[in-house]
Amino acid sequence: MSVRFVVGKVLGAFATLAFVLVFNFFLFRVVESNPVATLYRGRNLTDAQRDELTRQFGLDGSKLEQFVRYVEQTLQLNLGRSYATNRPVIEEIWAAAPQTIALVGVATVISMVIGILMGISAGWRRGTTQDRVLTSTSMATWSTPDFWLGMILLTVFAVQLGLFPTGGIEDPTSGATGFAKLLDQAWHMALPCLTLAIAYVGEFALVMRSSILDVMREDYLTLARAKGLRDAQVRDRHAVRNALLPSTALIAINFGFVLSGAIAVETVFSWPGLGLLTTEALRGPDLPMLQGLFLVFSASVIFFNLVADLLYPLLDPRVRYS
Amino acid sequence: MSAPLLAVRDLAVRYRTDEGDVPAVRGVSFVLDQGETLGLAGESGCGKSSIAGALLRVLPRGTEVTGEILLDGEDVLAMKPGRLRAVRWTELAIVFQGALHALNPVQQVGSQIAEAVEIHGQSLTQERVAELLELVGLPARRARDYPHQLSGGQRQRVLIALALACNPRILVADEPTTALDVMVQAQVLALLEQLQQELGLAMLFITHDLSTLTHVCRRIAVMYAGRIVEEGPSEDVFSRPAHPYTAALAAAFPVIGDPAFRMRPSGLGGDPPDPRAIPTGCPFHPRCPVVRDECARTDVELWPVADGRRAACVRVLDGPGAGTA
Amino acid sequence: MTALAWGRRKRALAQTWAEYRRDREGMTGLLVLGGFVAVALLAPLLADDAQLSAVNTTGNEVWAPPGEHPPLGTDSLGRPIYDQLVYGSQVSLLVGIAATLIAIVIGTVVGVSAGFFGGWVDAVLNRLSEWFLVIPFIPLAIVLAAILGPSLRNIIFVIGVTSWPVTARLIRAQVLTIKQRLYVERSRALGASSLHVMGRHVLPNVAPLVIANATLTVPVAILSETVLSFLGLSDPLRVSWGSMLEDAFSAGALGREAWWWYLPPGLCVIAVVLAFTLVGRALEAILDPRLRAGRAG
Repeated sequence: MSVRFVVGKVLGAFATLAFVLVFNFFLFRVVESNPVATLYRGRNLTDAQRDELTRQFGLDGSKLEQFVRYVEQTLQLNLGRSYATNRPVIEEIWAAAPQTIALVGVATVISMVIGILMGISAGWRRGTTQDRVLTSTSMATWSTPDFWLGMILLTVFAVQLGLFPTGGIEDPTSGATGFAKLLDQAWHMALPCLTLAIAYVGEFALVMRSSILDVMREDYLTLARAKGLRDAQVRDRHAVRNALLPSTALIAINFGFVLSGAIAVETVFSWPGLGLLTTEALRGPDLPMLQGLFLVFSASVIFFNLVADLLYPLLDPRVRYS
Repeated sequence: MSAPLLAVRDLAVRYRTDEGDVPAVRGVSFVLDQGETLGLAGESGCGKSSIAGALLRVLPRGTEVTGEILLDGEDVLAMKPGRLRAVRWTELAIVFQGALHALNPVQQVGSQIAEAVEIHGQSLTQERVAELLELVGLPARRARDYPHQLSGGQRQRVLIALALACNPRILVADEPTTALDVMVQAQVLALLEQLQQELGLAMLFITHDLSTLTHVCRRIAVMYAGRIVEEGPSEDVFSRPAHPYTAALAAAFPVIGDPAFRMRPSGLGGDPPDPRAIPTGCPFHPRCPVVRDECARTDVELWPVADGRRAACVRVLDGPGAGTA
Repeated sequence: MTALAWGRRKRALAQTWAEYRRDREGMTGLLVLGGFVAVALLAPLLADDAQLSAVNTTGNEVWAPPGEHPPLGTDSLGRPIYDQLVYGSQVSLLVGIAATLIAIVIGTVVGVSAGFFGGWVDAVLNRLSEWFLVIPFIPLAIVLAAILGPSLRNIIFVIGVTSWPVTARLIRAQVLTIKQRLYVERSRALGASSLHVMGRHVLPNVAPLVIANATLTVPVAILSETVLSFLGLSDPLRVSWGSMLEDAFSAGALGREAWWWYLPPGLCVIAVVLAFTLVGRALEAILDPRLRAGRAG
């Protein structure tokens, strides 16, 4: 992998980030000359209040001045102050991000491993009962709205059976510390995590299955069988490795989107992450917070796209050496 | 009389597809002895590559294979999975077509050769890989290359080295020179010929190029629509075809420098028949330049033409000299 | 268009249908889909929309479990679940189809232009699709709803505008292969204008792929509508399955175990999404040239 390749991909990612910045800037301004008027329609604002809000949001001066100021501030990671809490947006996001990353990270890894295994066994035994069961299960979980699944799991396991807490990240009355606290948090994370894992598993399985089906037509599998390899050896040494290549890119890109995909599930379980922050900001509406969150969500997608681009050559010698 | 090294009797292959069964091979028999070379020729879709797959039972799951494939008298089609895996590559190995993705694109070619050696329990793998690469005229350091780093000719050499990995007694070469340019084709052919003689291999050589076979093989069999339509010593069959299909096939590949071949028109129109709808009687009759009324009704079989020669054409029955157009 | 060409189209259509009928999963999907479309169209006959407004349901029992009357129970305001489900199908199908139409139109225009013109047009459009691919659309929808106010139109717009890049890429690849084929070359050599070539040769050839792709975009759009409605971004005056779930969640139906309120809308979403997916996959298997080639091999 050449330095030029890496630099090119990184520059491309920055170009996309620049597009998102521009997009983000205009999103809040192009619709109306002053979004303050829209956002607070129906409320009585004095002229002084209106001017103050306009200044606070960086909406004074010409469009170009606003844009330059916006870019400058964003580059310094200054995303403004939340209207709801008056704390810097970046601090609020920093505080909420670990919870979301932990939740979707664990859920994605679990569903990825299970989904890939499901896809392999379904594709490798195409047309059998096993394949039909696995594929219809995958399609069913793919078709299920994740937050609704969360509502159902919450009803059954938390409300009816009382096996898990109904929401939040920890028991506020326990006062546990150290390892006990961590255990309590894991306990609270179990149901939302299970929800997301089930919701994601279908897509991973379907993607992997179709990759396996593509690979199964290849002659090197016939050659491997002719050499005297066992069926499982042919699958594990030759089919899976090649089928994982196209899946890897898709999986990495998915990672970028799950950060924002958990918004509704976090809301159902009152999980204090970026998703809950978003729905709360929506009720305000907390304009700087929404703008900051949108930027962070987009940046995560761009970042994981870059990871996919850089990872691919490491796995595929054809790309590495060309 | 001991059993021949390889005897195929009444082999039939049927593929199962969404649109119904497809009979690709419909009763093929031949014998291959130690050190012997047999060429199998025919257009694409005539079933010749299905035979290669059937010999080691590596056709797609669910494919129906009937008849007998006797390897030293033991039927491959009746072998238990463990025995079959042990026989694969040690008794019979296939030289795959290098133009296709016969090599795993994400593995070094050396480790793909080594895998075959290891599977069959031989030690000193790395030395063996180097030895095999040198045997086919490649430097040993090429073992660390990935398939896409090699040229078409080099890939084909790797596939030959791979086939020789476990010292098989029978080599099946399935279109080993297709998609190579003419110079490289000649080199690969020369290599195969040399190895066959040095190692005393029995070789089944499959190709659509009849003229290639006359150089490499002592005997040839021509296939059409899943059956052998003519067989015999290669020089005889090629220069004096008894079946009009062989004649057309021979003419389709002129021998460079021979004016007789250049002048003779191929004269074969149309496509090979759809295996799901094979014509009645002689399956070749819709395309045959010398077709007769009876051809659509008569079930042809391999009738003797001369000493060691047979052909499936009603004209053969007319007597010697009446064979071809 | 000559009569000959029409005859050919008709035969192609008949053949596609004959192939489609053999796909058991596709037929099941079509049947389920037909049922939902019928319910959506006949909603005024099947249910009473007066019952959707809490003003008219003051006489009803609230939190009534399924029973004699009303059959599927009521919500916290006494509104019957049954009537909400029936009318909710209208919103789901409307949003799903309308958003898909937007995505398909943009995607086809971009894909065909990029593939057909190539060069800098292709480069610019490719970059644009790449950019739109990285926009996380739920946050975008939230932001737009915050600025424009919650409405059905905005939901349709957001889903449509963020879903086109996948279609565009698919169509572009297909146009490139069609371009290679001789007859387009021939038309150009005979002096046909770009517009003519596009209308006469390229569009009819990508149409099957567009249809299959559209059928697979609708379920994604329906799922998106459900999430966005759940987050309170839908038209507050129209009932949708997603808004039913939001109402149930914020009214505390989970704690009261009022499953009859939030179980059925989710099941309806799953059924419609699955049905569209099954139909789409069946169509894709018949119409997508890449899958066809694969199946023959």
